[in-house]
Amino acid sequence: MDAISTIFKEIWKTLRLIAMNKMGLLGFIMIIFFILMSFVGPYVVAPDLQAHVKEINQGPSVKHPLGTDFQGKDNLVQIVHGGRDILTIAFLAGLMTTFIAVLVGSFSAFFGGMVDTVLMEITNFWITIPKFPILVIVASTAKLTNLWLLALLLAMLSWGGFARQVRSQILSLKKREYVEAAQLLNLGPLHIIFREMLPNMMPFIATSLIFAMTSAIYSQTSLVFLGLVPFSGSNWGIMLSSAFAKGALYQKDAIWSVIAPVGAIALFQLSLVWFSRSLEEVFNPRLRSGV
Amino acid sequence: MTAGEVTQPKPQGFRIQDLPGKIWSNYVLRRIVRALVIIWLITTIIFFVIRLMPGNAFDLMVADMVVNRNMTEDEAKIRASSLLRINFNRPIGEQYLEYMSNLAKGDLGYSFINNNRTVQELLAQKLPWTLFSVGTSLMISFTLGMLLGMIAAYKRGSWLDHLITNFAAAMDAIPQYIYAIVLVLLLGVIWKIMPVMDMKGVLSPGIKPGFTFEFIWDALMHLRVPAFVYVLSTVGNWALSMKSSTLSTLGEDYVTVARARGLSDSRIITSYVGRNASLPLVTALALSVGFALGGSVVIESVFNYPGIGLELSKSLSNRDYPMLQGIFLITTTSVIFTNLIADLIYGWLDPRIRIAGGE
Repeated sequence: MDAISTIFKEIWKTLRLIAMNKMGLLGFIMIIFFILMSFVGPYVVAPDLQAHVKEINQGPSVKHPLGTDFQGKDNLVQIVHGGRDILTIAFLAGLMTTFIAVLVGSFSAFFGGMVDTVLMEITNFWITIPKFPILVIVASTAKLTNLWLLALLLAMLSWGGFARQVRSQILSLKKREYVEAAQLLNLGPLHIIFREMLPNMMPFIATSLIFAMTSAIYSQTSLVFLGLVPFSGSNWGIMLSSAFAKGALYQKDAIWSVIAPVGAIALFQLSLVWFSRSLEEVFNPRLRSGV
Repeated sequence: MTAGEVTQPKPQGFRIQDLPGKIWSNYVLRRIVRALVIIWLITTIIFFVIRLMPGNAFDLMVADMVVNRNMTEDEAKIRASSLLRINFNRPIGEQYLEYMSNLAKGDLGYSFINNNRTVQELLAQKLPWTLFSVGTSLMISFTLGMLLGMIAAYKRGSWLDHLITNFAAAMDAIPQYIYAIVLVLLLGVIWKIMPVMDMKGVLSPGIKPGFTFEFIWDALMHLRVPAFVYVLSTVGNWALSMKSSTLSTLGEDYVTVARARGLSDSRIITSYVGRNASLPLVTALALSVGFALGGSVVIESVFNYPGIGLELSKSLSNRDYPMLQGIFLITTTSVIFTNLIADLIYGWLDPRIRIAGGE
């Protein structure tokens, strides 16, 4: 219980610090907005399932604030309905990536010696291999319709770099007095790693979680765009790839069905980046610029 | 670290059982052995993926041919064997040896869809375009990113730093195809400064490949937009890494000493800070060659650029496993080799790495 209340206190302190940085606050508000829109929005706005032949490829109007697509469906409604899968996968993949990275990195640094050598050889090997071809090949043969599976695949491919960073963080924490004290008290490696070291790495873990989320969005929307992940229903990536397939790119009328999903993906990515950059500043006083 | 800490190896007689240790303690040899081991590992994994995994490529190919080409199972098996260049009737150990010796000879089998064309022949045709586009763009983006990163580090805290850093972070997070789409929209459709045809493919109709000015010019003209996309999507990362690397170099004693000695700023920037700060980026550059080869899937699909990225997505939709295997092998081996070269350059540039035994 004590740990949980400390975590909440930490979160509250963090939020107050984030509010000090305008960009970070903006990013934070935008993230909340996107989450509300994607998870609550679909219950408020009815889905637009029918094609409206008379309203194909319209520009923004009062009735359709973001215009309509090649079937006359409202773009804004599709944006509201198309965020859930993307956000869920990003969050799951980010969480799993961070989990694997923390596990590998902390074990490697904490135990050192042979464990370190083997784990780091594996990590370096894994970093070297170009991931996107693997992702493309696996996604096309395995038919990833399950969100969890796709998230797991994305995580399996991207933990390498983070694991190395976790390792170097733990290596420096290992020399701190409180860790040495815990070791002298014989508290056991699991206790030391998870109760003594990781709480002190929370800032770093939070930022890398967000980075892992941005890269998960990056890869999954690319997969959707290439048509390799068959999602049902609407999804920002599907909106974009179907607009692209209908040649929306070369028709001036259809521009809004490209701008809407592009804007949604880019804005969400930007808000994550702004948020994480201000987190970095919050946690690393050397970077704090007094904005 | 002082020079006094470096211990000289004691001279001793040669013993065969010391050989592994000797190779391990020699920086260059260790890197080379490691690269070879990794390549061997990857080829072996690929072999098992093709041959032994449930739902492996061989079985899928056979099933595909039985269903779609009206072959009997035996015919399909013979055909798949000849395409993949592995004799599937022999024991698994012999198959493995045969596969490895084929690879060593550079024989990657036949493409499934392009009849009677070998995989290596197709790769030799596609790879130069990808190398040309990725290489050119990577150089531009690397140089530009280093410059921006150094500026941001030197002017840290100023509005210029904020501008560069925020932009770089934002640009780094936006997927490549978004740049591609937005650029085509802006340049070709809204502003109409560039004909859309110039953004598709690599050459205008009627232009023959050769060492002519016309050919090179046309190839460059078709590269403009794809290269722009590569640069936009990677420059942010270079700028951010260069900034943090420069920042840590600026705090080094030798920079302070150089300042105290009254050296000119330009001398300090180029030969003291720039040289040392760009060191960690050398490895990153080598890694990014591989990532760019992988990432070319998206850009080449959007721009219909006939490199290995487009070939990869074509082979995927046609289930052309020999081709997929070839593309995967060529990308991984090139990454491993560029990494090896980077490691060697790194060791040469920074003697501490060689002597301290790496890492």
